[in-house]
Amino acid sequence: MTSYAEARETTEGRVFTVTGGDWDTVVSGHDPLSEERIVVNLGPQHPSTHGVLRLILELEGETVTEVRTVVGYLHTGIEKNLEYRNWTQGTTFVTRMDYLAPMFNEAGYCLAVEKLLGISDEVPKRANTIRVLMMELNRISSHLVWLATTGLELGALSMMLYGFREREFILDIFELTSGLRMNHAYIRPGGVSQDLPDEAVKRIREFLGFMPKRLKEYENLLSGQPIWQQRTKGVAVLDVTGCLALGVTGPVLRSAGLPWDLRKTMPYCGYETYEFDVPTRTEGDVYARYQVRLDEMRESLKIVEQALDRLEPGPVMVANRKIAWPAQLAIGTDGLGNSLEHIAKIMGQSMEALIHHFKLVTEGFRVPPGQVYVAIEAPRGELGVHAVSDGGTRPYRVHYREPSFVNLQAIPAIAEGGLLADVIAGGASLDPVMGGCDR
Amino acid sequence: MTDSPVPTPPIGATSGAPAEFPPASPAGRGMFGIAGSGDTSGFGGLVRRRPAAVDTPRPYGEWFDEVVDALEEAYPGFDDAIERVVVDRGELTLHIRPERIAEVCQILRDDEALRFEFCSSVSGVDYLGEPDGRRLHAVYHLVSLTYRRRIRLEAAVTAEKPHVPSVTSVYPTADWQEREAYDMFGIIFDGHPNLTRILMPDDWEGFPQRKDYPLGGVPVEYKGAEIPPPDQRRSYQ
Repeated sequence: MTSYAEARETTEGRVFTVTGGDWDTVVSGHDPLSEERIVVNLGPQHPSTHGVLRLILELEGETVTEVRTVVGYLHTGIEKNLEYRNWTQGTTFVTRMDYLAPMFNEAGYCLAVEKLLGISDEVPKRANTIRVLMMELNRISSHLVWLATTGLELGALSMMLYGFREREFILDIFELTSGLRMNHAYIRPGGVSQDLPDEAVKRIREFLGFMPKRLKEYENLLSGQPIWQQRTKGVAVLDVTGCLALGVTGPVLRSAGLPWDLRKTMPYCGYETYEFDVPTRTEGDVYARYQVRLDEMRESLKIVEQALDRLEPGPVMVANRKIAWPAQLAIGTDGLGNSLEHIAKIMGQSMEALIHHFKLVTEGFRVPPGQVYVAIEAPRGELGVHAVSDGGTRPYRVHYREPSFVNLQAIPAIAEGGLLADVIAGGASLDPVMGGCDR
Repeated sequence: MTDSPVPTPPIGATSGAPAEFPPASPAGRGMFGIAGSGDTSGFGGLVRRRPAAVDTPRPYGEWFDEVVDALEEAYPGFDDAIERVVVDRGELTLHIRPERIAEVCQILRDDEALRFEFCSSVSGVDYLGEPDGRRLHAVYHLVSLTYRRRIRLEAAVTAEKPHVPSVTSVYPTADWQEREAYDMFGIIFDGHPNLTRILMPDDWEGFPQRKDYPLGGVPVEYKGAEIPPPDQRRSYQ
């Protein structure tokens, strides 16, 4: 080893002669081709990391040798906040977690609250059908965003425009129904916040009319495309064993060959009465995940159609007045609010109705002590809600088992040893939503 | 990593009423949090008690007996490791002695009659005010894909000695979820490969999801009236 500061003893003490660090001598010991090892920081603000995900990559040339995932940039403390609001207000919080699948967050939460209350069987049929309808529409819109953003990241720019165009149609249906494009708080403990308007049914029929053709168009656009195939086939492979060990569920698990879909295996909301298939592939690569998601959209269309056909007039909230939200809601000129009839009743006709409204809206209902875990099949996999009650009017603890959070653990497994460009394709194929991941 | 997870209590942990009496805690008293006043309404004197934790007597019903029997047969340390068996709302909960949790998971995963191959979720719950001081619960939700069953395991530890063996060697998916439980509750999972904070910043102090950790927030003025932050508003209990 060369010494860059030789020392000699003089009468003044020890003197160092500092010579320049010669770059050539430093570099000469390394072979730039075989030992080019750099660490790259990707994100947290990067268009192809789906929100604020940060990856720290160690590269040798173009090859990724190590990946570290850093999450938490979108942590908003929703679970803690829930503990300070009543059970019904919780819906408004949880809908903001996975912002691409708000209906699923709400449904999971409400199913958990209903199970705690012991009223799961009392939820009216129509409410359950509307829930299924909304969840499946939401699944399509979520998968469309996945298709759009993944297309964008892999260079299929027009797919981005098409995907968001169709999603907008679904969001319009949601707006018509709940008053909001996103963050609906539409599914409430005991049912849904208001009935499905006839206009929405018409719009959904219209959607069912054109969507199969559009899906065919996307398939024609992407499936045979050589660049799309080269970017996705054999990329980011994860087999069933790997998926289960890492806790990966949803389309990623099904693309590896295991037909594990909670709608079939552990049904809820009456999914066992609908006829649909669970699409699977065996390759376990990005292309297989793309195919599974495309097929799932078709299956969701089937479910939506069946749900529309079995919609019968009836109540959309449990009959138990101690739990059911007292206000009949209606969409006015300024959005969703108490209906005028309801306001006329509580303000002008019935003092008891006013007291009841006030008590239930400000205090909320009490939930018997205990804990439950409810899991539903969200677009990204198993969405689990662990809800604990201590008998009060507020949740004691609500934990979300978020598929985005758990699935992201698979990034090192699918990216290490591959090319840098495939990290983007592989990461995108997990479909992480950071709002859900970080909560 | 030090033995004490909380070197200093978080700011506000001892000063404000909500920190000491979180609204939804078993310590909850009164309807509007009234204390030491001439309140004659009776609401201020209500005390809510936590129902006593009891074993569910056999038979448990459904497939629960089958699972518990199979575990008893496959696991020699059953009597020592299983503290309580609770069946509630159609869900089976096994309370496990914390130091045995990894062993039990191993058996549950590998035994032919049990086959809980998949760990759905690991999280924490803080039961502040638990009589024996074991307030921090690590809660595991396991799924058997073979038999289509779900069970819940719970391991309770004290805040002073919050050590639970990590199950990452049995279920690698527990990695991030244990980190989250550590981040939020300060439960230390021994044997975890990289037990660091995951959602909160690395230099954060305290464990935010604990019940004695205040929610925080600032008072907001609305139409001339000041509205206190959520955890300081009066509340129904």
